[in-house]
Amino acid sequence: MEFNVLVEYFRAQIRGDPDVASAVAAIRSLLEFLRRDQSETILGLRENMTQAIRRLEETDSSVAVSSGGELFLRFISLTSLEHPDLSQCKNVMIERGELFLKKISLSRGKVGKLCHTFIKDGAKILTHSSSRVVLKVLENAAADNKRFTVYVTESQPDSAGKRMAQKLRKLNIPVMVVLDAAVGYIMEKVDLVIVGAEGVVESGGVINKIGTYQMAVCSKAHNKPFYVVAESFKFVRLYPLNQQDVPDRFKYTADILKTVKDLNQEHPMIDYTPPSLITLLFTDLGVLTPSAVSDELIKLYL
Amino acid sequence: MADSDGRQVDGVNHATGKIYRLKLFFNNEGKELTKEEKQRLRKEKKQHKKNKKDDKGPPEKEKEKEKASVPAPSKPATQSPAHKAAPAPVHASESAAAAEKPAKSKAELRAERRARQDSERTSKHGKKEGGQQSASSKPKATPNELQPVVKRLPEHVQVDDPAALKKLAKKLERQQVRQIHSHVPLRSDYGYKVSLFSHLHQYSRKSPPTLQISIPATVIHPSIVRLGLQYSQGIIAGSNARSVALLHTFKQVIQDYSTPPNEELSRDLVNKLSPYISFLSQCRPLSASMGNAIKYIKKEISNIPSQCKEEEAKGKLQACIDSYINEKIILASEAISKYAIEKISDGDVILVYGCSSLVNHILCKAFEKQRKFRVIVVDSRPRLEGREALRRLVKKGIRCTYVLISALSYILPEVSKVFLGAHALLANGYVMSRVGTSQIALVAKAYNVPVLVCCETYKFCERVQTDSFVSNELDDPDDLIVTRNGKSHLENWQTVKSLGLLNLVYDVTPPDFVDLVITDLGMIPCTSVPVVLRVKNVDQ
Repeated sequence: MEFNVLVEYFRAQIRGDPDVASAVAAIRSLLEFLRRDQSETILGLRENMTQAIRRLEETDSSVAVSSGGELFLRFISLTSLEHPDLSQCKNVMIERGELFLKKISLSRGKVGKLCHTFIKDGAKILTHSSSRVVLKVLENAAADNKRFTVYVTESQPDSAGKRMAQKLRKLNIPVMVVLDAAVGYIMEKVDLVIVGAEGVVESGGVINKIGTYQMAVCSKAHNKPFYVVAESFKFVRLYPLNQQDVPDRFKYTADILKTVKDLNQEHPMIDYTPPSLITLLFTDLGVLTPSAVSDELIKLYL
Repeated sequence: MADSDGRQVDGVNHATGKIYRLKLFFNNEGKELTKEEKQRLRKEKKQHKKNKKDDKGPPEKEKEKEKASVPAPSKPATQSPAHKAAPAPVHASESAAAAEKPAKSKAELRAERRARQDSERTSKHGKKEGGQQSASSKPKATPNELQPVVKRLPEHVQVDDPAALKKLAKKLERQQVRQIHSHVPLRSDYGYKVSLFSHLHQYSRKSPPTLQISIPATVIHPSIVRLGLQYSQGIIAGSNARSVALLHTFKQVIQDYSTPPNEELSRDLVNKLSPYISFLSQCRPLSASMGNAIKYIKKEISNIPSQCKEEEAKGKLQACIDSYINEKIILASEAISKYAIEKISDGDVILVYGCSSLVNHILCKAFEKQRKFRVIVVDSRPRLEGREALRRLVKKGIRCTYVLISALSYILPEVSKVFLGAHALLANGYVMSRVGTSQIALVAKAYNVPVLVCCETYKFCERVQTDSFVSNELDDPDDLIVTRNGKSHLENWQTVKSLGLLNLVYDVTPPDFVDLVITDLGMIPCTSVPVVLRVKNVDQ
């Protein structure tokens, strides 16, 4: 399978189902790539897979695609591939790949079920930008007949917050859009803050849309709980020490990385929130404290 | 060389440093125990231990335990490493009994024990014994109350408790009982100790631990004596250096060792190592890395199959030690450098404290990889180890600045990262390192500068500590005396009764101040140390 065919398949997946997580779409494409792959040896297969993941990262430079791809590769190859026949090995890998895909497709539902119990009746929730996982959580809470209000930040430069507000209105949840600069102003009114994540790093911190770090600092100052909801395939083997330690390939969108020469003129799209500001993380592996993330990562990767 | 009791003693050939065959035989009747008898005794002891494990409650089992382990010290040849963890109440009863009857000779003690065993056998229904049991029943009663049994602190952290000191002396003496002329000397404390740290030893460098070792016959191998002196005089310092020196010395010891007849190498060699380790800990308290290395060696020795020939076994052990040093120290530092170099970017200003072999190695490797950075070396009295680090880095060509720790808050706004070495990483995530490290981490946190600790996994230990008082090391207080312009003001500090000089060696840093720990397994947050310990235990 050619790489541009792969990229087209990936884009088609995203277009066809806008609700799907980009990592899930990437993994579906990788599975298809694996099915159609023509290499003769296991090593060649792995080489092709790694290159495919790299191509997908270039298309969509989010952390989730990178982490999802790496986890997928580890999951399918973390089994005994001692069969003499290559096609048998490939079948085993495809089977495991489908199992992995099934598990992660269910992860968003699991997270939603875990988190919505933390939303009490009459709560005022603050969230940032547009996250499908947070939407699922709020959906579940609303289905549970809980009454709550949501404040969403506008989240410039792409005004993703307005899209989130529209989706929430469709669910009949009272929602109000606030400016990014108004987070400090609104913090005293809210009871809890829930945000999604693009990636969860080894230290227990999260990488998310720019503005999240600000919100976390404010909530810490006001002693409001700061919850992060993320699926487990977003766990990534990075360990940033501060904002500038996050690699450039995640900070900017893929198109900008390809076209622009001097990245200092560009504004980054994500920031890093350190674990000391996060109260709890809701994942499909359970409700974790930031220090437990490293334990889970060690279990996933070692 | 047999003495009147029919016991034999080993002789050291000082020309070659080899120890003659070591013929240990000691028992109640004065005749030699054969190999079969020893194995039978071992089986009996195992049975007693199993009974004790099944049934902790009834006092008769306690008495059986006492009966079983009381003959244990009198049969040191059959002591196995498992009995190192002999229950504390036994020591208590033994030493309490010993403390109260110091004048009795060995024969009388033996007769007493036999009488006690007979009486225990006759009263199996939990009837309390008569007067002769009252002394030992008291300490037995306490373990009954505290079920499960409270683990005692090791003797070295109870220096101000006379009972514990007596126990330590007894233990060292017991190691003497086997060989007449030799014993592990008990080093005496020096000078007034500050009250918070009075439970720790404080030795003077001017009184070396070898003063009391008798010249002709000693149970301690000469290279161990040399190593102990090097530790106590500070010639070998630094966690890695001490462990490597220890392992090399053990290789020498194993080389010179020869199994005595009627003994198994796997059991006898471990017993042989115990007085060495006591001696070394008298010279300077063992570090966590040394403790882990010793545990590894003891495990390897006891895993030697009994049908293995001596030369083959010795060769295997030497290879094990070599591979341990290679894997855990040398290769680990390569892996750590690889991860650490990712964290060093061009234009960085890196702060280091003291002299850590690992941190120096990382900086030299990063410089070789053409990273542009400069280093600030922070130093402190009285050791002034930073000068050694400065020398090594400048020799490489790295741009360095040198300050004392009092200038820390002045220099920190310039710093972009702090790299620290560690002496040990505790199970609750605390970092134990040279004194002054926690200060650096604290001030760095206040300035929002990331703190990175570099530590190999063999320095991880199961201990838990939240402060620097409970377990530490006190160095020679005379080191704090400084002579300037011909005048040393603190020279006569001992004459001033209210003055105490405190020369601490280690301190602990809480995990909140440490941003990242770089180990050979990868980069982990400080709180994940127990996970690594768990993973390591599963591997073994």
